[in-house]
Amino acid sequence: MSFIDLINRFNSFDFEEYFNSVTPADIEKTLNLDHLDSRDLLNLLSDQARPFLEDMARKASKLTHQYFGRTIGMYAPMYIADYCTNYCTYCGFSAAVDFKRTKLSLPEIEREAGAIAATGIRHILVLTGEAPAKTPMSYLISAVEILKKYFSSIALEIFPMDEEDYRTLNRAGADSLTVYQEVYDREVYREVHPRGRKADYDYRLLTPERGARAGFRAINIGTLFGLGEPRSEAFFAGLHAGYLEREFPDVEISLSLPRMTKAKGGIEPKNILSDTGFVQCMLAWRLFMPRLGITVSTRESASFRDRLIHLGATRYSAGSKTDVGGYAVQHSDATPQFEITDDRSVDEVADMIRQSGYQPVFKDWEIV
Amino acid sequence: MTAMEKDTLYLGDVELTSRLLTGTGKFASRTLIPAMLEASGSEMITVALRRVDPGATRKNILDYIPDSVRLLPNTSGARTAQEAVRIARIAREAGCGRFIKIEVITDMKYLLPDNHETLLATETLAKEGFIVLPYMMPDVTVSKQLHDAGAAAVMPLGSPIGTNRGLEMKPMIKRIIEGSKLPVVVDAGIGRPSQAAEAMEMGADAVLVNTAIATSHDPVMAGKAFALAVRAGRMAYLAEMEDKKMYADPSSPLTGFLGE
Repeated sequence: MSFIDLINRFNSFDFEEYFNSVTPADIEKTLNLDHLDSRDLLNLLSDQARPFLEDMARKASKLTHQYFGRTIGMYAPMYIADYCTNYCTYCGFSAAVDFKRTKLSLPEIEREAGAIAATGIRHILVLTGEAPAKTPMSYLISAVEILKKYFSSIALEIFPMDEEDYRTLNRAGADSLTVYQEVYDREVYREVHPRGRKADYDYRLLTPERGARAGFRAINIGTLFGLGEPRSEAFFAGLHAGYLEREFPDVEISLSLPRMTKAKGGIEPKNILSDTGFVQCMLAWRLFMPRLGITVSTRESASFRDRLIHLGATRYSAGSKTDVGGYAVQHSDATPQFEITDDRSVDEVADMIRQSGYQPVFKDWEIV
Repeated sequence: MTAMEKDTLYLGDVELTSRLLTGTGKFASRTLIPAMLEASGSEMITVALRRVDPGATRKNILDYIPDSVRLLPNTSGARTAQEAVRIARIAREAGCGRFIKIEVITDMKYLLPDNHETLLATETLAKEGFIVLPYMMPDVTVSKQLHDAGAAAVMPLGSPIGTNRGLEMKPMIKRIIEGSKLPVVVDAGIGRPSQAAEAMEMGADAVLVNTAIATSHDPVMAGKAFALAVRAGRMAYLAEMEDKKMYADPSSPLTGFLGE
């Protein structure tokens, strides 16, 4: 059974009606359970759970300490190309946006890698747009081979691929995969992905499964908050993570909570996710899946990120640049994919983590 | 000299006085590790090779472990025997010594070990001269096979890692202790000193505790508490306080009338 079969079961499910039917007693019952099912996840995402946020936070914090300790994994993103053939209406790299595209040469990748590694970062997330003609397999393999010299873990956030190509990149040294569905609501998905390869909802939805089968040891998924209705989107992301955990028990599953910020040429978010809503999603996911990794990027502000440490987050990016060559090469014409809100250095973020009573963990993998 | 004073534990050819093994993961600050080691008297500490960074721009995890404490690198992250073997070799090259704790885990939700792959890795690494301590699902047959494969001890889990649920596998671990020619180190799931004492009372040779110490509010004091519990449990075992017999031991033998 693929995740499509599971998600299709909710085709006629009336989320609004269910959310409205949840009672405080339901929330209390869910909070007293050790093992939560999908209905409990819905309960915790409902508006009625809001008065219970503090209880959720305490339980989430305890579970996170138990399974992850007082530690936060550190990573940084590295954009190596911004060519893209998709027309995602919310993205700064969309083919509809007119700007001079760039792609790092292999020596440039090495310079960027050196600059990032010098900050102490050992886990790298490599990003491209979706333009296989510009960033073919041979280029990606060479990039991974260079990055192996500088980093202990290489995660890919590139365009969805077939299992065999993923296997090739995994064998080359990439160990983790990040792919966001962006939006689980099929109608909204169609609206915001009008053209290009990404318009194929099902192919994208099954990408994490292909990645897991190809041998990646960690898979990070998520929904881009701002596109679909936040509670049902958070539910589907959690359901997806739970499905992957069950189907691929040897793969570490994590979720991200990217919230839309204004990108150049992009649309304004339709469904703003408030800070409270953000925290509620995070807590609900943690209670639903105690071992789930939760990644928080520099899209979020410094002051907000400082508080999330205590609420179940397990991984932070730091010192991030979201434009191609942003660390060392500095193409003057590069455009960021999204604006960074927390622009502190790696050292500053690590200090904040320590001051909060947690250990920043720079290396937590070994490529063998 | 009392029985307790000369009661030492051998892992391979290494003699240890403390029967509390500890871990380096999950601490709020690595600076707590040396203080915890001192307070607990633990002489062996496990460290995941995946966390060791010889090229670290900041201090390396190994810098926090005093020379007097034995390093027990582990293969956390390995999903196959082959990966565990490679990690062990990297650990040795990185100067982590001859010990290796094999962790081959294929279930990330409960962090349960794969006994089959663990056995294969044990066989290879023991032949290569490692002192092999395999983390395992409590299984009497596998325990014997690990012995034959050259393990220096067996490390059955009390309950899944990080759950603090104590000796959920108690009857199985007991069977292993009864039949094992190797030291039995109960590893994982021990959440309270009383559970550590319970493991020692029933005859475990040592326990390994990480989460419960590292995530407590005062890891230094928690380390000390576990050390005391392990010692108390060991003393109780040596004093033969645990009722080892299946049936009562009547003062007048039931078959005494038979004369012979």
